[in-house]
Amino acid sequence: MTMEVRFAVNVSPKSGILDPQGRAVEGSLDHLGIAGVSAVRVGRRVELTVTATDDAAARAVVERLAAELLSNPLIEAYEIEVLGATSSIESATAGSRE
Amino acid sequence: MTVRIGVVVFPGSNRDIDAVNSLEVAGAEPVMLWHDDVSLDGAAGILLPGGFAYGDYLRAGVIARFSPVMRAVAGFAAGGGPVLGICNGFQVLTEAHLLPGALLRNRALRFVSREVEIAAERLDTPFTHLLGTRRALRMPVAHGEGAFYADDATLDELEASGQVLFRYVHDDGSRAGGEEDRANPNGSLRAIAGVLNAAGNVAGLMPHPETAVEAVLGSADGLGIIASFVASAAERERAGGPVAVGAR
Repeated sequence: MTMEVRFAVNVSPKSGILDPQGRAVEGSLDHLGIAGVSAVRVGRRVELTVTATDDAAARAVVERLAAELLSNPLIEAYEIEVLGATSSIESATAGSRE
Repeated sequence: MTVRIGVVVFPGSNRDIDAVNSLEVAGAEPVMLWHDDVSLDGAAGILLPGGFAYGDYLRAGVIARFSPVMRAVAGFAAGGGPVLGICNGFQVLTEAHLLPGALLRNRALRFVSREVEIAAERLDTPFTHLLGTRRALRMPVAHGEGAFYADDATLDELEASGQVLFRYVHDDGSRAGGEEDRANPNGSLRAIAGVLNAAGNVAGLMPHPETAVEAVLGSADGLGIIASFVASAAERERAGGPVAVGAR
């Protein structure tokens, strides 16, 4: 039996690291006539589905991916969110009926 | 016999031909290596050129890090082989952890494409030993993500161990200031334009010495860097140092 877990990995600049993109967004707020917005940080969100035997195995895969590829630990932090999980039992059963 | 230098071409590399030209000017025999290659084709030195490897998707240099050729380059570097990364090549080397630090987006919110001046902090490395004296070297930069970053402790350590190889400078050779100083084109911390690994055989820099190797190109100040690298690779090969897998 396998399961599919949908994750989101949210990558953002580490605190203390200057974020030129965040600064650019902040700099544009005047032009929009918006006041009272500060500490803008621009990051990236990667959503992905991991197929694994259980939650822990799926989590291990996404942890490795987040640390080695999706973020640069020197300058970025990441948080992993679980968006949902589906077991593949039903689809396997459905497949066998065909 | 001329020394063979590998120029790694990733999808999106665009300064590879400039790199080849500079190596020819410096008297080497350039050989193109594709990102899929697992052998370095007998190269005695490796040059990672500028461009936008894999479109700079995700982060500049990171996808390139996992390409088959980079596994070979990492092995070559671990064995002491000279590796030079220019611009995007420098970004690839930091992402591959072959060089310290990271390159952030330019602090001044713009891609910079103009001439700058840098000076070598050391003249006793495989990449600078033919420069002669410390002076301002004029060459172009062309990048959007070139602000050198490392935390303060790492910067102190790099300075103490002589791993700061190039800094942005003014005409008179004095060190550039912070992001407010035009001489520092991207806001690099401590005006660092290029670094060396701890072992001293891997170097990277954001400016383009390979496009400043002949007077007709506007400056020949970069030739000393390319020529030093080529001479070091040749010397190492003559001394019987291990060359890349697949050697002649």
